[in-house]
Amino acid sequence: MPAKFDLPQGTLDLLILKVVALGPVHGYAIAQRLHQVSRDVVQVPQGSLYPALHRLENRGFLTADWKDTETGREAKFYRLTRKGRAQLDAESASWQKLTEAVGLVLALSEGGAE
Amino acid sequence: MTWWYRLTHRRKMEEQLDKELGFHIEELARDLMARGHTPAEAHRLARIELGGPEQVKEDCRDARGTRWAEDLFQDVRYAIRTLCQRPGFAAVALLSLALGTGATTVMFSLIDGVMLKPFAYRDPSHLVRIHERTDWSTSFGNIWGFTYPDYLDCKQEASSLDMAAWAINRGTLSEPGSAEYLNGIEASHELLSLLGVNVELGRVFLPEEDKPGAQPVAVISHSVWQGHFGGSKEALGAKLVFDGQPYTVVGVLPAAFRMEDDQFDVFTPVGQDTSPGMRNRRVHAFDVWARLRPRASLAQAQTELTLVGERLAKQYPDTNKGRTFIAQPMKPDVGDARETLYLLLGAVTMLLLIACANIASLLLARAVSRERELAMRAALGASRGRLARQCFTESAVLAIAGGALGVGLAALGMRPFALFWPGGLPRVQEVQLNWRVLLFALGVSLVSGLLFGLAPALRAPARHLEQALRSGARTLAGSTHRLHGAFVVSEISLAVVLLVSGGLLARTLLRLSALDPGVNIHNVLTARTALSPATLADPERTRAAWKYLLDQARAVPAVEAIAMVDTVPMREGSNPINYSTVPANVDDGREYPNVLANCATPEYLKVTGIPLRRGRFLTDDDRKATQSVVVIDEVMSQQAFPGQDPIGKPLWLGIAPDPVIVVGVVGHVRQWGLAADDQSKLRAQLYYPFAQVPDKLVRRWSELMSIAVRTGVDPLSLVEPLRRAVRGATGDQVLYEINTFEHLATASLARQRFLLLLFGIFAALALLLACIGIYGVLAYLTSQRVPEIGVRMALGATASAVMWIVLRQSLTMILAGVVVGAAGSWFATRSLERLVEGVRSADPSTFAAMIAILVVAALLASFLPARRASRIDPIKALRQE
Repeated sequence: MPAKFDLPQGTLDLLILKVVALGPVHGYAIAQRLHQVSRDVVQVPQGSLYPALHRLENRGFLTADWKDTETGREAKFYRLTRKGRAQLDAESASWQKLTEAVGLVLALSEGGAE
Repeated sequence: MTWWYRLTHRRKMEEQLDKELGFHIEELARDLMARGHTPAEAHRLARIELGGPEQVKEDCRDARGTRWAEDLFQDVRYAIRTLCQRPGFAAVALLSLALGTGATTVMFSLIDGVMLKPFAYRDPSHLVRIHERTDWSTSFGNIWGFTYPDYLDCKQEASSLDMAAWAINRGTLSEPGSAEYLNGIEASHELLSLLGVNVELGRVFLPEEDKPGAQPVAVISHSVWQGHFGGSKEALGAKLVFDGQPYTVVGVLPAAFRMEDDQFDVFTPVGQDTSPGMRNRRVHAFDVWARLRPRASLAQAQTELTLVGERLAKQYPDTNKGRTFIAQPMKPDVGDARETLYLLLGAVTMLLLIACANIASLLLARAVSRERELAMRAALGASRGRLARQCFTESAVLAIAGGALGVGLAALGMRPFALFWPGGLPRVQEVQLNWRVLLFALGVSLVSGLLFGLAPALRAPARHLEQALRSGARTLAGSTHRLHGAFVVSEISLAVVLLVSGGLLARTLLRLSALDPGVNIHNVLTARTALSPATLADPERTRAAWKYLLDQARAVPAVEAIAMVDTVPMREGSNPINYSTVPANVDDGREYPNVLANCATPEYLKVTGIPLRRGRFLTDDDRKATQSVVVIDEVMSQQAFPGQDPIGKPLWLGIAPDPVIVVGVVGHVRQWGLAADDQSKLRAQLYYPFAQVPDKLVRRWSELMSIAVRTGVDPLSLVEPLRRAVRGATGDQVLYEINTFEHLATASLARQRFLLLLFGIFAALALLLACIGIYGVLAYLTSQRVPEIGVRMALGATASAVMWIVLRQSLTMILAGVVVGAAGSWFATRSLERLVEGVRSADPSTFAAMIAILVVAALLASFLPARRASRIDPIKALRQE
């Protein structure tokens, strides 16, 4: 079993936006999805999931309404707003840049400065 | 979902949060059960996995961004509840704050209305006032009014200014209605439009009306329109007789219109005036107001005026050499009201500071006794900042409630107070509760809240939590002792300053009231008198008219004596002239001694009761044809003829080339009023007979004359009979500015009396607040020392020894306060001496008396807690340990 990671600062918001972008989804499902997709590598602190969701909602990136689940229970489903879409694009782009840059640095062989 | 929605739908937010987290736990538990956990185990694990629902909920609440507002609301509610639990404290605190902020707000609103607000003219920032200035000075300084020819030159050549000239033109309005003596203005046609006045009716002057020979027209004030024309629209085009001249009314001014602070009733075009003075470059009779043209600056205007001045100085060296023109922004000139207002603002600020120190020490006492509660809350997770904020919220609630009450008091008290101002506050119509004043009151409340909230709030974060929790509050009391002491010391010292100032004013008023004005002030009536304009054309007719008027008035029952005089003691208006005891032309521009000249008729001595010291007073035998004589007062006698007998000595005055002969010496009259006369530089006086006034001056002098009447009855009861008696054949001779000597004497001390009253009130309040403060602090400090006192008593201390412990503590604070306060008083009384006439600051007995009053009052206030300490039951006190 691979070691679990704590999420780097600020990436939880990005992951949540990405998951929600796939379609309306409730909090529990987001937690599950993050867990599965990251193949159990990413340790999503469940306690910070809901504060993060609410923060994103209050900042207007997400919107939510109450709907029944397939099991017939009422749950709060989150959707991405237009503002949230833009935020997701911006954040993914900068994440890409960052990882590429970090990758380049790591790819340096010893003495590769020559 | 807006911030506001989240804040106001708190319960709904909470329900949804519960439901959302509940759903999560249920789902998770179901999954866990599917993996084989028992339902109870599954729920437990689900909760752990989520990280504790309550903690998550708190975090979600924080994410809402409404937290601070909810906390604030909670704190405010808590503050109000705790205040309600201690109604006595709340009442004292609110009342003292309301008085403090109310008084400062009233003062600020007066300062705002009287001094800060610009004139109520259109675009007042572009208005300027222009004077003539010479590079030499006379006894009146080097600033002069304009001559009309100078004005015309400036107007023509200064392209950056629109200018208007005006001069006061008093006279009798004899038709329509009953005759009334009024202040009029001769103004160039630009004046009213320059100021942006919107006439209530009709129009302002036209340019073609501002020329010699044009149709005589007048613009009248609202009050003349109401009083003489019944407020009718027919007034336009109606005839009006002012100073014997007929005019056609073309406009009515709005009721609120003032020239600076003065109301003028009849405006006439100056261009129609053809009197010789209008062409004379020596007659400096005009005020010039101007408006900067668009894009012109004051500096530019000044440069232009300087050029005009230089040209005129070359062209007319006789009159204009060394003379130039200066432009200044037009600002309200409010005389000594400015100093008085700042003085009072200073006094009320001290009062407010005392109130703040008082509340601070009471709040601090409470904060200390709440130490354990606060420590407990800190232990339960409240942050330092959160607890400090809560303390500040309490102070702010107190401050704002007190401030709101204060603004209420100010709104009620402002008008009556402003009207109560001695001699009338300038620009009083501008005083009102506006947004600036409200902003000021809010600022004052918040700053005072900060002041008295600071000490308790800084204590709030308990640093040694467990120590605070373990021990009783009393063991911490020592650390606040010094802070409490500081509050008491500052209260006492501020109270000392106010008390000494008040005491000094009281002493001053007592001393001044006991002064002899130099005249017998009982039963004398004075009134300015305007002869019928028709009689003024010819000097002989004028003299005859005066004689007839005096004879008519003398026949009124109860009139014992009557005289004419130009300047009345203690009333505004004086006539300083140069004199010389050796032959000289005293008007040649060189320095000569000055004397206040009074023109009077022989009976003046009998009317006023001025004592005759030597020789004789003026008599009916001093006529035009006889030797010119004067009577001088003791001060002049000392000054002009020290150590000699002045009788028979000649004096050279400006009036005639020949000397006048001194025929008598009379007592000095405090012409400048009881307060000001002794400090005045110009005190010498002389009297010359009206009968010897040169013919060419008779008309001008007649316009300035008053009558003075001595009677055996209440002088004011003579007003109506006298009015009827002097009305004259044409019915247009009137009395105005009616006064009694008694009233003039009282009014000359009005400023001192007014300040004394206010400082007396402030000092009494300060004393009361300081006593409440020292009582509160001692009661608190003593209650902290109960166990210690118990031990002392158990070890044999007597009741008096215990009392002495408490009193010694209070005495230390009182004495420290007195020392600081005495130093402050020294500065305060210095400024009082500078600002208020008649005050002498070096007055150790007042200092001592006032400080004694304070010390006694403060000791009385400390006596109650001391006695309570002496009656402590040692057994109970020890058990409290």
